[in-house]
Amino acid sequence: MTLTDLTIVAARDGLRARDFNARELTEAHLAAIAALNSRLNAFITVTGERALAQADAADEALARGEFAPLAGIPLAIKDLFCTEGVRTTAGSRILEPFVPPYESTVSANLLRDGAVFLGKANMDEFAMGSSNMTSAYGPVANPWQRRQDQTALLVPGGSSGGSAAAVSARLAMGATGTDTGGSIRQPASFCGIVGMKPTYGRCSRWGVVAFASSLDHPGPFARTVRDCAILLGSMAGHDPKDSTSADIPVPDYVAACGRSVKGMRIGVPREYRVDGMQGEIETLWQQGLAWLRDAGAELVDVSLPHTKYALPAYYIVAPAEASSNLARYDGVRFGLREPGEDLRDLYERTRAAGFGAEVRRRILIGTYVLSAGYYDAYYLRAQKVRALILRDFTEAFATVDALVAPTAPSAAFAQGENMDDPVQMYLNDVFTGPADLAGVPAMSVPSGLDANGLPLGLQVIGKPFDEETLFAVGAALERAAGFDAVPQIRA
Amino acid sequence: MALEPATIRRIATLARIHVEDAELATLAAELNGILGWIEQLNEVNVDGIEPLTGAQQMALKMREDVVTDGGYPDKVLANAPERAGDFFAVPKVVE
Repeated sequence: MTLTDLTIVAARDGLRARDFNARELTEAHLAAIAALNSRLNAFITVTGERALAQADAADEALARGEFAPLAGIPLAIKDLFCTEGVRTTAGSRILEPFVPPYESTVSANLLRDGAVFLGKANMDEFAMGSSNMTSAYGPVANPWQRRQDQTALLVPGGSSGGSAAAVSARLAMGATGTDTGGSIRQPASFCGIVGMKPTYGRCSRWGVVAFASSLDHPGPFARTVRDCAILLGSMAGHDPKDSTSADIPVPDYVAACGRSVKGMRIGVPREYRVDGMQGEIETLWQQGLAWLRDAGAELVDVSLPHTKYALPAYYIVAPAEASSNLARYDGVRFGLREPGEDLRDLYERTRAAGFGAEVRRRILIGTYVLSAGYYDAYYLRAQKVRALILRDFTEAFATVDALVAPTAPSAAFAQGENMDDPVQMYLNDVFTGPADLAGVPAMSVPSGLDANGLPLGLQVIGKPFDEETLFAVGAALERAAGFDAVPQIRA
Repeated sequence: MALEPATIRRIATLARIHVEDAELATLAAELNGILGWIEQLNEVNVDGIEPLTGAQQMALKMREDVVTDGGYPDKVLANAPERAGDFFAVPKVVE
């Protein structure tokens, strides 16, 4: 087995047993990036020298017998996380020259635990998108291809498309992502890997470029549930610099992966179906439920009646928050500046040149729904619907331990599809948006292939701060599915 | 209620984004498509429901009101498109 195929668990064992060292592991991944990034465009910035220096530091620590949880493990960092001294673009032209003088809390936590950062992963601009097509640094290709048509380039999903593609193609062992409407789970499903959105407040947002502050959830990607548990264990924890960070102890997520699901009550939300959903997705869902029943879980039919209203509510709340958060990009303190006739013209021309079409659309929608005379009709109503969506989950979790449903209504689609109508693109997040609005944890686990040979994920949704149950159910699905398919484009 | 190009112009001004006249019609069509889809929220009975502002389900923490960071103007100004001494520089605002 080549080094790039190892799981994080196996790589840690190999490093500790001195079967190979951290420099060799990092070099193998940098070579994979050098060979494949021109095809995949998964990384916006590759930090090879830094990575090797971090690997050498990890080797020295390992030689001293210091086994930090991620010592020498090569990761990709979504280009939304500020990294000290390394350009951070958020996938936008407006941040093209931006080099943060500070490190985000989540990435600092990973570095504290010995991780090696290979570079900054491509993404939809300001995390707004479900296909990675809105990046100012070009689209990302999904490493998976249709069996019958290997010429069509497929999207990796979004917004964390570069992160998911990098992990799937074996360019990185794990990655960070952020999930605001589905931006970890949908790309995980499209790329055949595991993606986890923890409870709101579990991972600090400090130093993560803000999109919609009440919805932004940092979280991990990896190729196995257990690897995701290791990453989340490092990323999570209370941070005084984020006032919404939860001051709750971080449990042993790896241990939770070994828990049995016997006796668990698994909710089956009947509203997680849409017209035109691929038939294989319904079949896979039923298969996943059967696996859990065989493992001793009890299946319970539940209703989340406001599910269909989650996305329309999301497309008021998220743009409203974005229009406010993105007001800071004005060409004065950092980022792009376009000259203007006066200060106001400078603002307007800087923002016109720096923001892409989707970001501009969302800023305009957000500005409109917050503007005088429309606030109650749109924003206030959306917040009330958001309360009902949370109530749906709270009532369901009074009787079940976790919910299991599809992650996305389709497999990966081709680059250029769903581009004509913004609403059509938004509907990709129909099954992922509700958990963001409610702040409850959710995970996508690769569970099967469709008729084109493309991966499909199943989603596990849990109670606030009960990620452990998600890891237990996710690991059970993973064991039963035995998903061992690999993408065509890989190291 | 469909947005007119004049409303798009007003929103763009509020948002401080320069929009060419030629783009207004296309933008109006896109935004009206999105707002039309959002209208389905009017089907939901929200009587007596308290708005939910965030997913945070606990009280925000308080901290001491003290300065805990700062004192490095060069770091703060390192990304400035234009600076003058320890200040961000912009085109002249007051004659």
